[in-house]
Amino acid sequence: MKYVDEYRDGSLARAIASTIRAEARPDASYRFMEFCGGHTHAISRYGVEDLLPPNVRMIHGPGCPVCVLPIGRIDDAIRLASMADVTLCTYGDLMRVPASGGKSLLQAKARGADIRMVYSTLDAVRIAEVEPTRKVVFFAIGFETTTPPTAMAILAAERKGLNNFSIFCNHVLTPAAIQNILESPEVRSLGAIRIDGFIGPAHVSTVIGTRPYEFFAEEFRKPVVVAGFEPLDVMQAILMLVRQVNEGRAEVENEYIRAVSAEGNVKAQQIVSTIFELRDSFEWRGLGLVPFSALRLREKYGRFDAEKLFSIETAPAQDNPACECGAILRGVKRPVDCRLFGSVCTPETPMGSCMVSSEGACAAHWTYGRFRQHVSNRERAAQ
Amino acid sequence: MNAPSRIVRRKLDLRNGCVDLSHGSGGRAMAQLIAEIFHPAFDNRWLRLGNDQAVFDSPPGRLAMTTDGYVISPLFFPGGDIGSLAVHGTVNDIAMSGARPLYLTASFILEEGFPLADLKRIADSMGAAARAANVTIVAGDTKVVERGKADGVFISTAGVGVVPPGLDLSGDNARAGDVVIVSGTMGDHGVAIMSCRENLRFDTDLVSDSAALHGLVDCVVGAAGQSLRTMRDPTRGGLAATLNEIAHQSGVGIRIVESAIPVRPEVAAACELLGLDPLHVANEGKLVAIVAADGAEAMLAAMRAHPQGAQAAIIGKVVEDEHHFVQMTTAFGGDRIVDWLSGEQLPRIC
Repeated sequence: MKYVDEYRDGSLARAIASTIRAEARPDASYRFMEFCGGHTHAISRYGVEDLLPPNVRMIHGPGCPVCVLPIGRIDDAIRLASMADVTLCTYGDLMRVPASGGKSLLQAKARGADIRMVYSTLDAVRIAEVEPTRKVVFFAIGFETTTPPTAMAILAAERKGLNNFSIFCNHVLTPAAIQNILESPEVRSLGAIRIDGFIGPAHVSTVIGTRPYEFFAEEFRKPVVVAGFEPLDVMQAILMLVRQVNEGRAEVENEYIRAVSAEGNVKAQQIVSTIFELRDSFEWRGLGLVPFSALRLREKYGRFDAEKLFSIETAPAQDNPACECGAILRGVKRPVDCRLFGSVCTPETPMGSCMVSSEGACAAHWTYGRFRQHVSNRERAAQ
Repeated sequence: MNAPSRIVRRKLDLRNGCVDLSHGSGGRAMAQLIAEIFHPAFDNRWLRLGNDQAVFDSPPGRLAMTTDGYVISPLFFPGGDIGSLAVHGTVNDIAMSGARPLYLTASFILEEGFPLADLKRIADSMGAAARAANVTIVAGDTKVVERGKADGVFISTAGVGVVPPGLDLSGDNARAGDVVIVSGTMGDHGVAIMSCRENLRFDTDLVSDSAALHGLVDCVVGAAGQSLRTMRDPTRGGLAATLNEIAHQSGVGIRIVESAIPVRPEVAAACELLGLDPLHVANEGKLVAIVAADGAEAMLAAMRAHPQGAQAAIIGKVVEDEHHFVQMTTAFGGDRIVDWLSGEQLPRIC
């Protein structure tokens, strides 16, 4: 398949791997965080870690939109969907996210709530158009990549004069989350996790460009390499990070030049800023309240804002106390460090959000990589 | 499916008519539906007798029996329809035991309002598929439910076949060192169905691989003989589910090589677009065979000589593994687990 196979080429991968092995100093160790769940998924699915030398390790970051959504917001969505005149439209991967009291959207649907899985925001607009008696709410989540489509849906609803379409907005911002991780006590002072550099987001960066990361490189002295989601992109980015570390540089580099520019998609940015404004603060699962890290609809578009229309006030909700999603999202713990992982928490019966989305660190490790812990156990036993 | 012999009634309107509740009531209307749609489509001496059951001699040997339900949406799809699929699916489940499929039964749940023209098209297609597969639909049943209580038509089938003497295929037969062979490209059926789903619709020339595999099975059994361990058709859940089932049944691990697995470029492209793994996508005309290493090459050659196995390939081997993992060396060069599908990829694929 053209434009895909080239980026999954095994022989090129081996060539980059041997360069990484040659250039990574044997007396040093390199710990890089891939921020995005898309990278986490690619690393697990293609077995990228098998190609890396032991002293180059990846730490999974919080960049999975399903994973970072706090339980309270899922509770809100279930409450919304349970209203008799509401049709809740959502992307499929939110359906199984566990909410308070063991509930989920999937269960609410089975009990009769009108919840429809859609593939695009415009599908939700279409439902509102053909079913004018239903109050259609789109459960909008995601980073900067999915925000412009939500904005387009609002513009489409406005153009069509729809008064039965609204957005339950949960859009969040990548740079704010990266900053939060870098300022967290674990990274900054306690030294519980060491991060030598970041693989920067792929799709997010097509929208926001590479400029927003320059602050991290300068302020925190951390190299950032923006990379595509294909496994060769990841390998190349790791090599570029190793080189920056070796040379003592902390710069923003762009591996994903075929899609990302310094400025990003200016038109998309304009549309987003027309419709959305910053929230003072927003709760992230794992990170807690993060200032200026999410968007809400501007006053002018208040008639499309489900939070206003349905007077949603998110109540605080507790994760399962044994669930380590929070620490895993901050990179402090690995999936296998969680007592629930693989015992009671599997993709079939997820206890935490990281096990739900295919971009979640737990789901990726369970689905693609769980043989590794048995391999390493065997190796330990053999020694 | 017994029809009284004297019916004084106007013929069914097969162009504009539709199923109503009387067609499932056990009265004349039902008898007429059976007489004008199902009997001509499935015609055979058992149905003509008009009894509530088919009575036939059982051939020597062990019998294989299976049952299956079909709820596919849409009912008509590129490469087939629910009728032909019902025959192929049931024939294949029997054939995977190495048995020669002989008789099927079919039960129809019809939704009030379903067009008779569509029902006739489905029944005719089912009859044609049965004749092509050399099986006879010897008994049937028809029920009608109110509008909204079903989706057009659901079919459930049962089938029996006879296993040749000396053959004992079972999912718990796989042993370390055995070889894994697939009969052709993976994922064609699932992607063909997705391409015509209302909310996904995309243009492709791809058609479902829905087909009866008893002929290919004959070839495989003939070539591999005693070295054949088990066969299975990778339907819902795809190749991944089938290999995991066999690994667990046999208490072994399976190692496969991604670059050896045949996948059509258009299937790979559609999966890429939709975020699916071709190894999780359903097939309806492919088989997976586990064979002892010394019989693998002969079997592969026999498969490739058959039109349904032209793209057959050795994709991996059975290994010892207490965790029963199915592991794959990716084309990229790393290793990963090939897990069962989590959750629902696409409802009503068959």
